[in-house]
Formats: sequence, C-alpha cells, structure tokens
Amino acid sequence: MLEIRFHGRGGQGTVIASKVLAFAVAREGRFVQTFPEYGVERRGAPVVAFTRIDDQKIYIRSKIYEPDHLLVLDHTLIGAIDVTEGLKPGGWIIINSDKPAKDFPQFAGFKVATVDATSIAVKHRLGSAAAPIVNSAIMGAFAKITGFVGIEAVREAVHELSPVKKDENVEAAQEAYDTAEVPKEQS
Amino acid sequence: MQKVMMGNHALSWGAKLSRAEVIAAYPITPQTEVVELLSNMCADGSLKAEFIKVESEHSAMAASMGAAAAGARTFTATSSQGLALMHEVLHWATGARLPIVMGNINRAMAPPWSIWTEQTDSIAQRDTGWIQIYTSSIQEIMDSVIQAYKVAEQIYIPTMLVLDSFVLSHTNENCDIPDQDKVDAYLPRFENAYRLNTDKPAAFGGLTGPDWYYELRYKIERDIQKAIPLFTETGKEFGEMFGREYGLVETYKLDDADVVLVASASIASTARPVIDAMRKEGHKVGLVRIRVFRPFPSELLRKLLAGRKKVLVIDRNISFGMSGAFYAETKAALYNEKKAPPMWGYIAGLGGRDVPLNVIRDMIEQTIAEEHPEGDIVWIGVKR
Repeated sequence: MLEIRFHGRGGQGTVIASKVLAFAVAREGRFVQTFPEYGVERRGAPVVAFTRIDDQKIYIRSKIYEPDHLLVLDHTLIGAIDVTEGLKPGGWIIINSDKPAKDFPQFAGFKVATVDATSIAVKHRLGSAAAPIVNSAIMGAFAKITGFVGIEAVREAVHELSPVKKDENVEAAQEAYDTAEVPKEQS
Repeated sequence: MQKVMMGNHALSWGAKLSRAEVIAAYPITPQTEVVELLSNMCADGSLKAEFIKVESEHSAMAASMGAAAAGARTFTATSSQGLALMHEVLHWATGARLPIVMGNINRAMAPPWSIWTEQTDSIAQRDTGWIQIYTSSIQEIMDSVIQAYKVAEQIYIPTMLVLDSFVLSHTNENCDIPDQDKVDAYLPRFENAYRLNTDKPAAFGGLTGPDWYYELRYKIERDIQKAIPLFTETGKEFGEMFGREYGLVETYKLDDADVVLVASASIASTARPVIDAMRKEGHKVGLVRIRVFRPFPSELLRKLLAGRKKVLVIDRNISFGMSGAFYAETKAALYNEKKAPPMWGYIAGLGGRDVPLNVIRDMIEQTIAEEHPEGDIVWIGVKR
C-alpha cells in the first residue's frame, strides 16, 4: 500500500489535489481512499489531506501517520510545521517552489523534487495572481516525477474535479508534466 | 459503473437508485452534502422526486411522515443535534408504521460543539423502534439504502442508516454504482397497503386506551423481529444480484478464534489489518462486526461468541452511568449462556479521536494479558 500526505494552505486546492490522485489511480483500476484532515477550513490556514493506494480493498480507516511520500503545495509551510513528521526514509517530497531541489538540504535522506506550480497556475489564470490554485499543476508534476500514475488518468481526473476552467486546469497539469525535471537518484 | 465517491454521496445515490419519491430535509449544519446532491438531482431531473426544504429537523421528519403516510417512498438525512431534535417524531414514525429510510451521519453531541464522529447521537435513539444499520464502507452505504427499503417496506418499520462522520461521510473511495434496471428488479415500487386514501377514509394515530395500545406495541416488537431473518434473506438476494452480500453481522477470521473483537462501523474496518498482523504472530484473534444494531442480533451473537475464551467490545459511544451500548447489549445477549465468555468493554474514539491500528492492538493485547475484566469499562488513551 502507498500512503501519501498532502500539505497546503486553505484555498490552494490541497483537498482536490488528494482527490485528483485518487480519482486518477482509480481510473487505472486500483483501490483508493482519500480524505482531508477533518477540521474547520479557513483560507490560508495549514491544510492536510491523505490518499491511500493499493491493489486490494483498503480496510484501514485511520489517519496516515507514516506516509511513504509527501506533496507540499506551499513552501512557506516548511519550517512553520514539521512536514516530514513520520515520513518514511527515502520517500519523495515534491515541493511547489521556484527554487531547485538542492536548496532544501534539510531534507537529506528523502528524495526531493520541486516544481514551480505557482507560475504555471498564474499563467493559466487558475485562481488569482495573489492566491493561485496550484493543485492541477503539482499533480501533473507528481505523475512525471514519481511515475505512480499516468498523465492521461491525471488529465481525466483534473477535468472531472475542476469546478471551473476545466481546460485550463488540464493544460496546467500537462505543462507541469512536460516541464518537470525528474531528479537523478539522490541519497 | 465504477466511481470514486464520498459516503455522503453514496447515501444520495442509494436514495436515487431506490427511486425515492419525496425527500424532506433541513439543509444547514449539522447536515452534510447528502441532501445537497439530492437537491441537485431533483433540480436537474435525474431523480423524479419532490424535494421539500424545511426549517428544522423536527419538520424534516414530520414532512417525511406525511409523505410516507401518503404512500411515497421517502428519504431524509441528518446528524447529531438534528437527530436529537427529531426525537419526538421518530417515535411517531414507528407508531404510525411508516417505512421511511433516513441517513444519520454520526457526529458527537454538543456541548462542546463538535462535528466529528461518535455514535452517541444514534445510540440515544435506539429505543424509538427504528431499525439501525451501522455501515463500514462507502459501497456498503449505497447498497444498504436499497436493502433498507426492501426490509422496511415489508414490515412497516422505519430504518436509520448510520455512518461515521468524516471517516466515512467525507472519505472518497471506489464504489460500484449498480445498474438501475437491476435495482428496480430487486426493489419494486412500494405499494403502501395502509396509505392515506380519500376513497377509503380512515383515522391515523387517534387516542387509543389501555384496551388496545398494549397490542399495538406488541405488534411493533413482533414485526421488528421479522427484520432478523429478512436482513439475511434480502442480503443473500442482494449478493446473488450484485455480488456483494450483507447480513446482520460480518465475521472475519472467526472460525478458530479464542479472542473475539466485537466492533462496529469504521473501527471494525480498521480492525481487520490489526487481526491480520496479530494472526501472523500466532494470536488466534477474530472479529465480529455488528451491522444491524436494531433489532439486536442476540441469537446470532450467542452462536458466534459462546464458548470463546475472551471477548472484547469497542464502543465509540457512551451511555453515561453505564457503558458503551454495543458492550452492554452484547453482554446482555450472552448472560444466560452456560459458556458465556468473560467480556471486556472499551470506550474509544469519542468526538472523532482517531482510532489507529496501534490503539486497537492495545485493547486486544490488554484483553489477552488480563485474567478477568476489572470494572465495567476501560477508557483507552485518556489524557490526564
């Protein structure tokens, strides 16, 4: 079973990002379970969401305490909260940032990749320039970097789940997929 | 059709597939997206039903009763404080023998305010004469709405379908939406033999003295007991048609189990991997998930639990001054058995406190370690 945790801020589309992954993986015929950290949502406040993926029916229904991989939709969360809490050694940390992965030396022991999802979201006019919705872009990059899910399934899931600007969201996912650099094997 | 969906929407889809004709609901907190999707379905015409928005949950149930009395297949949904506000009319729906189906999202009672899961809201309604089904997956929620109508309409008893707030209600997972044709074959149109009918005028719920009230109560009890064989029969038939069978309880690795965990809802689901892990270490542990709580499957539980070395029951509810409800009733069901096992009662997960693998494991291990239960209940993981 793969367990993935999403960190973001209210308004960035963190919960939808976790659903995009689940919907996409389900399209490929696997079992999924996805849920947010249940709280009272506020714009700008830290948001956590979880996705489980397995080849068989998933019975566990507690939170994910030791995720295999992380997505960080807002790099300003790094340092503000311990995003790597419980993260298994060698897991992916995929960060929305305009900086290269080597600028995150604190994550030694994990595999770090960055994608400038904010710029891609702004370019495709997703959300506002001040508060862009970055979920579609980061999920395109996730598909490329991890290979856990195909871009076709991600495109379909983004289309299904985007309440507005469906085509722009799909294009943002595709652009992130096309431009994301897969880092070489890291220690 | 395969889809990923949340528990709330599985309830809505269950009502749609059952061809509910009237939906009466209060649309504000503690309500969930169940009725939001249903109102969309009514608006876009994909569900041919009357959607009645009301000003309170008390009115939601009152309107549901009117619709059901007129012969309509009726659905509503609520949660916590909303269910409590319905209390008076829940008794009325049973006494009037109206087979309404209602979804209840288990949320903790205020104060302090909570929107997180706990079963105390529905447990507090256990004596209203409603059938209660506690579900443990998104698929089961959808399927159970259809089965609930099939049972309720044969015995004229209302039915409450219960699911954990967030852990099921807002969790998305794979779900197979059955074909409408097959659902129609399984659940034909409901003809209420006692509906309001101007051609055959009759009085409903009038003053009834001690000479007959007692008999009417007897008939409710006689008929709700018919749900015991009906759940097994209709669950088997559902399995034959849709490939997923449902009964009064669900068992897991029970055959040779010395120690049996009794639980319900999402905790019983999370317990499965715990049992797998402990089995690998050589512990003979098994699981009974109680799915139908009213009527309580006493006879079946006696068959499954008598003669075991130890039984532990986990409750995500508390009847203050006594214990958890599943524990109290399981113990009561076994009391006259010669081979009644010692029984441990644990309280866990109130107000949405997460119940992860290691907490379930702690409860099983404590049960194995202790010779005999000390005191009536154990509160697991209380901060002091």
